[in-house]
Amino acid sequence: MTKAVTHKHVPPGPLEYLRRWPIQAWLVAVTLFLYVPLLSMMVFSFNDIKDTVVWHGFSLKYYDKAIHDDDLIQAFGNSLTIALLSTIISVVIGAMAAIVLWRFRFPGKTAFDGALSIPIVVPEICMGVGMLVFFAKVLPWPGNLPWPLSLGNIIIAHVSFSFPFVAVVVRARLASFNRELEEAAKDLGASDYRAMMDVVVPHIGPSLVAGALLAFTLSLDDFVITFFTAGPDTVTFPVKVYSMVRFSVTPEVNAASTILIAITVLMTFLALRFQGKSALTAGHGVPDHT
Amino acid sequence: MEQSWRQARSLFFSVLGAPLFWLVAFFMVPLGVVWLYSFGENRGLIDIAFTGTWANYAHAFTPLYLGIFWKSMWIAGLTTFLCLVIGFPVALAITFAPEKAKAWLLLLVMLPFWTNLLVRTYALMSIMGAQGLINNIAGFAWNGASGLMAHMGLHALPDFQPMQLMYNNNAVVLGLVFVNLPFMILPLYSTLDRMDRSLLEASLDLGAGHIQTLFNVVVPMASAGIGSGILITFIPALGSYLTPDMLGGSGAQMIANVIENQFKGANNWPFGAALSFILVYMTFIGVALQGVLEGQARKREAQGRAA
Repeated sequence: MTKAVTHKHVPPGPLEYLRRWPIQAWLVAVTLFLYVPLLSMMVFSFNDIKDTVVWHGFSLKYYDKAIHDDDLIQAFGNSLTIALLSTIISVVIGAMAAIVLWRFRFPGKTAFDGALSIPIVVPEICMGVGMLVFFAKVLPWPGNLPWPLSLGNIIIAHVSFSFPFVAVVVRARLASFNRELEEAAKDLGASDYRAMMDVVVPHIGPSLVAGALLAFTLSLDDFVITFFTAGPDTVTFPVKVYSMVRFSVTPEVNAASTILIAITVLMTFLALRFQGKSALTAGHGVPDHT
Repeated sequence: MEQSWRQARSLFFSVLGAPLFWLVAFFMVPLGVVWLYSFGENRGLIDIAFTGTWANYAHAFTPLYLGIFWKSMWIAGLTTFLCLVIGFPVALAITFAPEKAKAWLLLLVMLPFWTNLLVRTYALMSIMGAQGLINNIAGFAWNGASGLMAHMGLHALPDFQPMQLMYNNNAVVLGLVFVNLPFMILPLYSTLDRMDRSLLEASLDLGAGHIQTLFNVVVPMASAGIGSGILITFIPALGSYLTPDMLGGSGAQMIANVIENQFKGANNWPFGAALSFILVYMTFIGVALQGVLEGQARKREAQGRAA
């Protein structure tokens, strides 16, 4: 059992689980489980014929088909626009929420803090129906607004579920801020506002980038809440793909999905560059070690 | 030390204003309206009267819907259990990996997690279908075996029938494990990473085997992380809509699919609202329960240190 499976023929240390074969086999199996479906979809998006099992020949024709599918492209554009705008709003509001909770004592602080974590735990479906009812009865969103404004209700819904995540990420970063720096700025004559903008905000810069990447991904990823908010003319990429694949497998969706995965991988590497390893787990219930 | 809000009123209000407004107007109000609807009645096609009735909740506690709630909890529970069993060795391997391998392993786990949920579910659909990868590999093996048996003079097997992998509860569980596994691995890793390793070494030095050490030392020490991993997997699994919808078909509906149907198909918003709020309450109970357990674990830890 404890025989080393390395080239160096040094037996593994007591806790070097990674060098033991049962663990290695387990990791390989889990990796296959997580990646085979995705890789098979990506590989067969380049297949010449409409087949997801037999390789026939390399072809980009489904990519061609996907980029000439106007509805799909429009949905993709909607998704990116919504993600971009909701990210900007989420980062600003999320950072403000984090700062106010970090900097001030005020009555109702615990309640505000608790309320801020509700959007993180509430099931998506409940938030989805909330948004459906809200935009049907309380704030009816006119259907004839010019584009980007027509996406406004989806953007509002996306900000509601992503800004609390940004607040979590920014708060983790603020915990490492030395309050005396802000005091020093004020002693040297800076106003409260000035000290905030010139001392605190630069310190939380990296967490703003990490929070933005998180908000962008959450927005791009969301299906359920958008499904309940989107109208017939404001379809996003996941909603469009859903309507295309619900009953069958469509090769141009493979192609479009492959493009989306490529964007995701790129964004993940960007996040790694900006924040290091902690960016991977940001805002998902894992305390930051930095 | 935090400053009292009175000492910098204008800054306080300018920083608090926007997040508070957003949270109330675009989160609390929508959920509040749903909550009110859950006590309402349909009047005509689009009008809903708030009558303060409990009839919607009573309807939700009829055997049909109780059965769906029970089934949803079963599926979510089984998913969580499988994620824990599959994820624990992975988290353990990441924890004790050398620094460089650790980063790569984390990336390996997290990359699918950052990938679009719909795309992942679709990818799973495409390999599980009657013409999908799994059935083709199985068919290939079947035909190979059949040919071999014919060769040996035995009866050839009957023709391969594609397995019905999709549109049942097993498919939903498999899909949910596929989607939620990273949710479980992360909190497990983060607790295991903070564990005092000398205790493990002590246990191994004193003659306990790896399995014994795992169950008697590692698992008790990681109980807080296991708790939060269970919660963080169970809650999204319980309320999941997309996976049962795409992989489960009409026979394997979970509670979220029923809620969606009340709002989009059956047009019974008050009843859908009641179901939604039962799901919200179940979530809150889960969170509260986990908070209590975590508090107890922390207390035990503090006592252990004092003793």
